Formats: sequence, structure tokens, C-alpha cells
Amino acid sequence: MALLEVRDLGVSFETPDGTVNAVNGVSFTLERGETLGIVGESGSGKSQLSFAIMGLLARNGRARGSVLFDGQEILNAPPKVINPIRANRIAMVFQDPMTSLNPYMRVSDQMAEVLTHHKGMSRAQAVREAIRMLDAVKIPDAANRVHLYPHEFSGGMRQRVMIAMALLCRPELLIADEPTTALDVTVQAQIMSLLAELQREFAMATILITHDLGVVAGFCRQVMVLYGGKVMEQSPTDPLFETPSHPYTRGLLRAIPRVDREGDQLESIPGSPPNMTREDRGCPFAPRCAHAGEDCLDHLAPLTEFAPGRLRACNRSLEEIA
Amino acid sequence: MTAPLLRVEDLRVTFEIRRAGDLPWSKPRLLHAVNGITFDLQPGETLGIVGESGCGKSTLARALIRMVPATGRVLWQGKTDLLSLSRREMLKYRADIQMVFQDPLASLNPRMTVGQIIAEPLRTHRPGLSRTEVRERVKQMMDRVGLLPNQINRYPHEFSGGQCQRIGIARALIVEPKLLICDEPVSALDVSIQAQVINLLDELQRDLGLAMIFIAHDLSVVKHISDRVMVLYLGREMEVASSHDLYSDPQHPYTQALLSAVPIPDPKAERAKRVIPLEGDLPSPMSPPSGCVFRTRCPRAGELCAAQVPLLTGQSHAVACHFPGPLTEALAQPEPA
Repeated sequence: MALLEVRDLGVSFETPDGTVNAVNGVSFTLERGETLGIVGESGSGKSQLSFAIMGLLARNGRARGSVLFDGQEILNAPPKVINPIRANRIAMVFQDPMTSLNPYMRVSDQMAEVLTHHKGMSRAQAVREAIRMLDAVKIPDAANRVHLYPHEFSGGMRQRVMIAMALLCRPELLIADEPTTALDVTVQAQIMSLLAELQREFAMATILITHDLGVVAGFCRQVMVLYGGKVMEQSPTDPLFETPSHPYTRGLLRAIPRVDREGDQLESIPGSPPNMTREDRGCPFAPRCAHAGEDCLDHLAPLTEFAPGRLRACNRSLEEIA
Repeated sequence: MTAPLLRVEDLRVTFEIRRAGDLPWSKPRLLHAVNGITFDLQPGETLGIVGESGCGKSTLARALIRMVPATGRVLWQGKTDLLSLSRREMLKYRADIQMVFQDPLASLNPRMTVGQIIAEPLRTHRPGLSRTEVRERVKQMMDRVGLLPNQINRYPHEFSGGQCQRIGIARALIVEPKLLICDEPVSALDVSIQAQVINLLDELQRDLGLAMIFIAHDLSVVKHISDRVMVLYLGREMEVASSHDLYSDPQHPYTQALLSAVPIPDPKAERAKRVIPLEGDLPSPMSPPSGCVFRTRCPRAGELCAAQVPLLTGQSHAVACHFPGPLTEALAQPEPA
């Protein structure tokens, strides 16, 4: 049985401006120990997707579909069902470590709380475990620094604290939402290699949510490309970068300057990101797509497998967009 | 050879830091945000400035246009030292040097229309223009940067981030500057929009013969747009070279570590890549290391590095390091787990 099975997940928000469809019909399966990258720009729904899985949607948000975790339905599940799973078997690392740590609590107290709550440890035991985990994420002098407040750590160190905290209960699934976006490149490299190492060591399944295709290329075995709340393409990592099958993925790869190449021309994607209050019909990328026709505005072909493990949702065939 | 458009000599910006509880007569501690930067900028050239947060790249830009007090010399067209001018005299030169900021929405006044925002520098620097002339120029400039001229009466919040950045660029270019300083102009934008703005800047620069100082933390973007690149670390120049030389043959250990950390959107290249790990955190700029500021994290640091500040040496490819050159030995070792 797969660890996580997401079927036809949709997320919508009721706002004064109308219903916002943040995520539409997303399905994927994640095996134990696997890594999945979810790539998308702002407004693609990548964060809301993970909030829906964790049951953390804002009050005006509604989730539809099904999320099976280890065979158990957890979407919209009551607290009695989801609470023992959250932080214990599924953990999350957020983008901004400063706002996700409690500034009034010492790191030791925040970390110990997780263990006393979920594992019923004594406080002394929990703090010992917290120190061990801070050691595992390579925070020097962990035994003393565990008693500091979050603001006494640098940005990179704070993100390590967040990761250590997420790993305390040895989760089977880690969801990392833009874990390195707020960090400098050299720190990003440290954190990503740490995550990769821990992922292998603990054999955790990991979902990495990011806008950075470079980070995905280094970390994930599978990639899902989201645009306007819909899946554009889903594929093992290597072929996705070699032969992207969707006009959006192609555009994206041609729009990034590369540090390892000389004199490359940047091809920009014209237009602006989609307005999410629009009707949920057609392909969200159609207004910016060079291959789009009239039909793309009110109908999008379902995600179909065109090669082993590779899926795409596009009205045009591969030959037509070549 | 003609005089450079801009010659910066030994530019220093020092902030006085008073901590809570300090007595009023106690000496404030000093933070050297920019510590002796020297460079030339030719007309029409693009100089990229890269470095991690806290390296002083934004402060450097602000010092050039006197938004923060600085010492040293900033020679404009070989004649005028901008730092020695009075406020009134400086006004004459402000039209020649314009700036584009990082946060596209925050740098636009939300209570002014796009037309008013773009026209404001014209009203300050070209007071002789009639109202219709101003409006005509604003419309031309909007068209030039890819905005619809009929949106002239709209407000900033009605535009997307990429469009707001275009408004910021239009505002900077309307007074026909000779130098454009861009401080992280694309880092707040989505990838697909980033390319639009980079291409626009590229094209405008070529057409208008602008010189540009392009500040960013994204090394790939800087490589793409710059003729020459300067690498900063804790307020000091580590390496300055042509974009090609710096990226293909970096000499300073810091530049090499920085470049190796950039993720490449190509799984095969990314797996084959060797990251040179930088140990530890950036030292506090309040108490930088003695000698070479990078020595605490440098895989090659020796005794000399602690004793002596390395000088920036070399003409076209300048490096401030006692032991420059490729880090082959560090690369040969397996990455520590």
C-alpha cells in the first residue's frame, strides 16, 4: 500500500470577490521513502495543496476529494483522527522559520512539547532527545544552544531547528514548503544536503514544495508541475528536464538563466499569472500559451500517461507543440 | 581612453550602533557595512554586484546616490566628486543616476496614479515642460516598457508585481539617466515574469546606451545581464572580473564556493556538481575576523590570512586573496558527510 494517496484533491476559498479555486483535481501517489517535488509559481496552489493534506486550511477554505495516508482517510478528518498523525507521522517544515517558531519559547521547550505530547516522554527525556536531534541537523554546541530563544539563531540555524523539530517523532512523511527560499545560496546548499542526508537516513517520504527548478533537480525523484491550481505535467525528474512535455514546463525551463551556461537567450513567457477567481474551466495556462486555441479556454484534456510514469495535461499532442 | 562614467575610490560606509542600555557618552560600536570599495564603470557597461545578505551590496548602491552618508570619492565623468557636493548641487546629478528597487509595490506610492508616479521625476528635474508634453512623454515611456498607455490613470495596486516593476523602470528612465542602479530588481518576481523584466532591462540598456549597476543575490541572473561582476563579502571586494572570466575561472575561494552552491536546473549536471561546503555562519559584521574577512570559512586559510588583509590585485581579473586559484585539493576530497 502506498504511504500517501491523493485522489482528485480540490481546494476552494469563499472570498468577498467570489470563489477562488486554488487547487483543482490533483492526484498523486507517494510510496514510502520516495521524494516528490511540487513546482509552481505564486498562486499555483502548491502551498494550499499541502495545507489541505495537513488539515491546516484557513477557515474559509474547503477541501474536496480524498487523501489516504497509510490507508486511512485524513482529508477533512476530525481532530481525533488527524491529531495523532500530524507532527507524529506527517511533519511539515515551513518557509519562514522565524514566524513558524514561537518567539516567546525557548527552543528546548518548543521541541520538548512535541515529544511530551505525542510520545508521552518526561520533560528531561524529551530535552535529551531534542539535543540529539539538534546534533543530527549539525547545530554546533547543541547541548547549550537548545536553551536559547529562536531570535538568537541565524536564519540558516533557525531552519535547522525547524527541521530538527519536524523530525523529532521520526515522521514517515515530511512536507517541506519552500524550506530554503528565505536563505542565501551557500546556506541553501547546506540545508538541502542536510535534508537529503536525513531523508535517506530516516527513509522518510518527502514532498518538497518549491518554485526553484534547480533545487528540485538535485533532490527529487518525481516532479509535479502546477499552474493555476492544476497539474500540467507529472514525471520522473530526469526526463522532465530533458524533454519537458508541456508548453508551460518548456517555457519555464527556457526562462531561467543558468550559471553553468554562456550567452543563453532568455525566452520569457508573455502575460501575467492567472486570476484565480475565474471560472474553473479550460487550461489555466491557455492565455499565455503559444500553442493554445479556442478550445483550450473551455476544456482541458485530463492528465494522461504518454510514456512510462510520465503524465501530461494538454489539448495539443506532443508533435503539435514540438 | 575616455574617462569612466563613474570612478569609485575607497568608498566606506560606517554605521554607529548603540545598544540598548548604552550610556549616552559611551563610544558607539562601529559597523563597517562597506569597507574600502574601489571600481570604475564605463559608459554603457553593466556591473553586477553579488554577495549574500549582509555583504553590503545594497548599502553600496545607496552610498553612490548619497542615500546613506559615505566617505571616499565617487567621481562622476572624471570631474565631479558626488560625495563633496551640497544637497542643492547634487540635485543636478540626480537625474543622471536613477534607481530601481527590489519590492515593486512598496516602492510606488499607493495614492498616486501610474501617470503621476512616472511623471514625478520629470516635474522635479524638467520643470520647464508643459503638462501635455509631460503626459505625452509618460505615455511614450509606458509603451516603451510594455505597459498600455491607456492605463495611465490606474493605481499601483491594480497591477501585478511584474507590471509594477515596469512602472518603477519607467519612472527611472523618464529623465534619461546615464546610469541605472538596480537593487534586486527581479528577486520578488516569479520565474516566468523575471525573464520578462530581465529581457526588458537588457533591451533598454542596449537601445539607450545606459550604464547599469545590477545588484542581486542570484548569481545566474547577474551572469546573464552583466559585463563585469564584483563579488562582495562582509563589505569588501573579493573578486572583480569580466562575467565570462569570473564564472568560468573563479580565483577566490569564496567565489568558487558561492558558484558551486547554485542549484542547476538539470538533474544530471546537478548530480555531477561538487559543492564546496562553507563551514559555519557569516561572522558578525560588528567584529569581523582579522586579516582576510573570509578566512574563518575558507578551506585554504593559513597564518598569513589572519595577519594581513589581502589587497585586491590584478587588472582585468582582480582578486583579494593570499592564495588564489582553483580549489582542486578541496574538490578531490569526498564531500564530508
